[in-house]
Amino acid sequence: MNERIAITFTLNRRETSIEVDPADRLLDTVREDLRLTGTKEGCGEGECGACTVYLDDLPVNACLIPTFQVRGRRVDTVEALEPASLDTLHASGATQCGACTPGVAMTGRWIIDHPDLLERHTIRALMAGNLCRCTGYDGIVEGIEAARAPNDRTGDAD
Amino acid sequence: MKRREGLSKLTGRERYVDDDRIGDGLWVATVRSPRSRGHLRGLRFPATPGVDWSEVVVLDHRAVPGSNVVKLIADDQPVLAHEVVRHRHEPVALVAHPSRRVARRAADAVVVEIDPETPALDFRTPPQAEAVQRGPDNVFTRLAIDKGDIDAAWDRAARIVEGVYETGAQEHVYLETQGMAAWVEEGPDGDVVVVRGSMQCPYYVHAAMMHALDRPAERVRVIQAPTGGGFGGKEEFPSGVALHAALVALATGRKTKLIYDRGEDLAATTKRHPSRVRHRTAVDEDGRLLAQDIEVDLDAGAYLTLSPVVLSRAIIHAAGPYACPNVRIRGRAIMTNSVPFGAFRGFGAPQSLFAVERHMDRIAATLGLDPVAVRRINLLRDGETTATGQTITDGSDRHGLLERTLAAVDWTAKQAAHRAFNAVEPTRRRGLGLATVFHGAGFTGSGEARLASVVHVAGLPDGRIEVRTAATEMGQGTLTIFTQLVCGRLGVAPDDVVIADPDTQRVPDSGPTVASRTAMIVGRLVERACDDLRSTLGLDPGEPGSAVVDAVRDWHRAHPGEDLLGIARYQPPPGIRWDDETYRGDAYPTFAWAVCIAEVEVDLTTYTAKVLDFVSAQEIGRVLNETLARGQIQGGTVQGIGWALLEDVVWEDGGMANAQMTNYVIPTSDDVPPIRVLFEEAPFPHGAQGAKGIGELPMDGPAPAIANAVTAALGVDADRIPLIPERIMDLLLDQPVAEETA
Repeated sequence: MNERIAITFTLNRRETSIEVDPADRLLDTVREDLRLTGTKEGCGEGECGACTVYLDDLPVNACLIPTFQVRGRRVDTVEALEPASLDTLHASGATQCGACTPGVAMTGRWIIDHPDLLERHTIRALMAGNLCRCTGYDGIVEGIEAARAPNDRTGDAD
Repeated sequence: MKRREGLSKLTGRERYVDDDRIGDGLWVATVRSPRSRGHLRGLRFPATPGVDWSEVVVLDHRAVPGSNVVKLIADDQPVLAHEVVRHRHEPVALVAHPSRRVARRAADAVVVEIDPETPALDFRTPPQAEAVQRGPDNVFTRLAIDKGDIDAAWDRAARIVEGVYETGAQEHVYLETQGMAAWVEEGPDGDVVVVRGSMQCPYYVHAAMMHALDRPAERVRVIQAPTGGGFGGKEEFPSGVALHAALVALATGRKTKLIYDRGEDLAATTKRHPSRVRHRTAVDEDGRLLAQDIEVDLDAGAYLTLSPVVLSRAIIHAAGPYACPNVRIRGRAIMTNSVPFGAFRGFGAPQSLFAVERHMDRIAATLGLDPVAVRRINLLRDGETTATGQTITDGSDRHGLLERTLAAVDWTAKQAAHRAFNAVEPTRRRGLGLATVFHGAGFTGSGEARLASVVHVAGLPDGRIEVRTAATEMGQGTLTIFTQLVCGRLGVAPDDVVIADPDTQRVPDSGPTVASRTAMIVGRLVERACDDLRSTLGLDPGEPGSAVVDAVRDWHRAHPGEDLLGIARYQPPPGIRWDDETYRGDAYPTFAWAVCIAEVEVDLTTYTAKVLDFVSAQEIGRVLNETLARGQIQGGTVQGIGWALLEDVVWEDGGMANAQMTNYVIPTSDDVPPIRVLFEEAPFPHGAQGAKGIGELPMDGPAPAIANAVTAALGVDADRIPLIPERIMDLLLDQPVAEETA
């Protein structure tokens, strides 16, 4: 129906070339064309954060990015995360149903990897773009805190 | 034990229904009614850019081979509307196309022609004559509880306290929307219609498919896919989604997938029943309850769904966890032309507990007592009876739970601090609110005996143990808890335990995953099936797990090709008596108990209420896994905070006008404080390892605790939720905040 556009970008550290429809969202491209289904659609309108990916190292909602706009840029999805880097989130109960979880893991790791942010913002404020309906957020916040200070923690003191 | 599938979810490897390819299959989309009520005249297919109608599969009610009914309690809800529509967004037809985008566009383009009729839209007022559609007054169901003689109590009362309390609809907002894949495969007795998707109750879907597709059990197969949240929203609703996906698969022979987008999911799926509850209570001068007269009305929406059962749980909890000798409760589920209301965590109890807990504070205020005093004097003591006459002797220390929760916030000192704060702060007010609640665990009354759930535990040829139940994992921790129970019972290692996917071809009907019953009831059956397996193997209870694994392997060498099964079937605990006719007796095998205290601050400039601190003390029998249990309480509490303060369904002709996550607002991490959870354990001897139900209890306390805190902060009665800023503004403009004099 529409003329397709050929683009090349870096996806999870590998150069990737693909033809896309001008209306394709980055979310559709990674999930349906490139079969990276770890990125989830929660709302399709940039509210819930389930589709969080990194665009040039910044977390963004993949449902709000037209794919042709990532030409020549770097995109990383949840598949690029080291499983071991998520251990504290696993232990703290950061995931329940799992539908928001890849997005939570992406934003959570980004906070952990940018500790200077916490000089001016709380974890709760930084996580507010990722809606979770299961955990009440405590398990998520504690998992991020534990990853920042792995030696200070002995468990979950209520 | 850590959540078994936790890393798979964190890394995005868990495969939900929308993560599977359908190859050259068809995407299905649903054509819906634009009107709340009317006569269906027909469909039109206008020329639409991007849609070639010759490529679009279109089905209506004539495609339903069996009875055009989504089977549940009553046969009143069609799979696809025929002749009449009874609510907005009611499914009228299905379209399908190889492109997801084209299918969606086609569904949006179909014009549904309707001759409108007068709808009933407000359950709180009697319907106009031309809006009556069920019986004389649109009442679907009436239920009653009577205890003692309330009429004799009014004359003896020091005071009679009256109040009316209302709660709004609430959307589940599970983060994974409704979704189902369907296909047809060959079986030994002919073709088999298969669905795989997001659901809580595979056997509910199975029964609905047998009925509407007119097929025997063995020619329908239902498989639960990993499910991204349910909260009751995937209890009964997925049956219709499954039928829609299956009808197109049957008609075309192709694999199909039907995934709701968020707007459709918000608008068209069930929600928590709106409620209005009236209390009239006789009390003595100390606040002791002498008589409770309670009317509970629920908006059921256009079809019955599970409303009678929701109403049942609502009235059983309506008198609160208090000992009152004289109680009269009348409940009604009322039909309106709204999107049907259905199961949602708590299942009627949060609505009626909101009312009674707000009312307890009104009683205290009327008598000039502290809210704590009316709880201390009335909270059930051992040997006292609930509204249905159930004697409480479960080993729980309810009064101790109350005192320890008060101590956790330093109630009296905190109240004094708030008085001082409110006296000097020009634009902020703080308050503390208390709620003492209970939640009946498992099915009501004789429900579990009727279900007669069955669980199998199989020994596999390689020595591993496979748990076969229909209990689903939707985030609450079923896979982990069952693994723990098998390890505890048989001594095997977690890696030796497999939890079978809920697939009606492989697992017995262990009942639906609802009513906080999975760990307590199905978990207990898993333990008993383990015992049965052990005895089949001729092993003593003392034998270690390695001996069990060896014995399973040896058994298979001796019985090649056979199934090694331990089997358990539900048996009610002894001494439980319940009368479905009179609503007298033991409504539940046991109750779980909670005390919640909320500290709230209201901003008088923005009229925003914010929870500063929340303590939730829970007596839930044995805590099987502290991280999972804490997650249930914290998550349920935050859902309760959303229901109390943020989540407002805006209605327009019986449909949700704000069906977007942009303007139906659920709590973010920045909207809520850390939820402080305290556990106390009074093991329930008939639950797995002593566990009671836990999933729903945390939904009961937050809303009344918060409304009581807002009332304490502002000095005006916050009797309706959600307490969105607009409503708080109305409350204050109606009744300006008194100047504080500390």
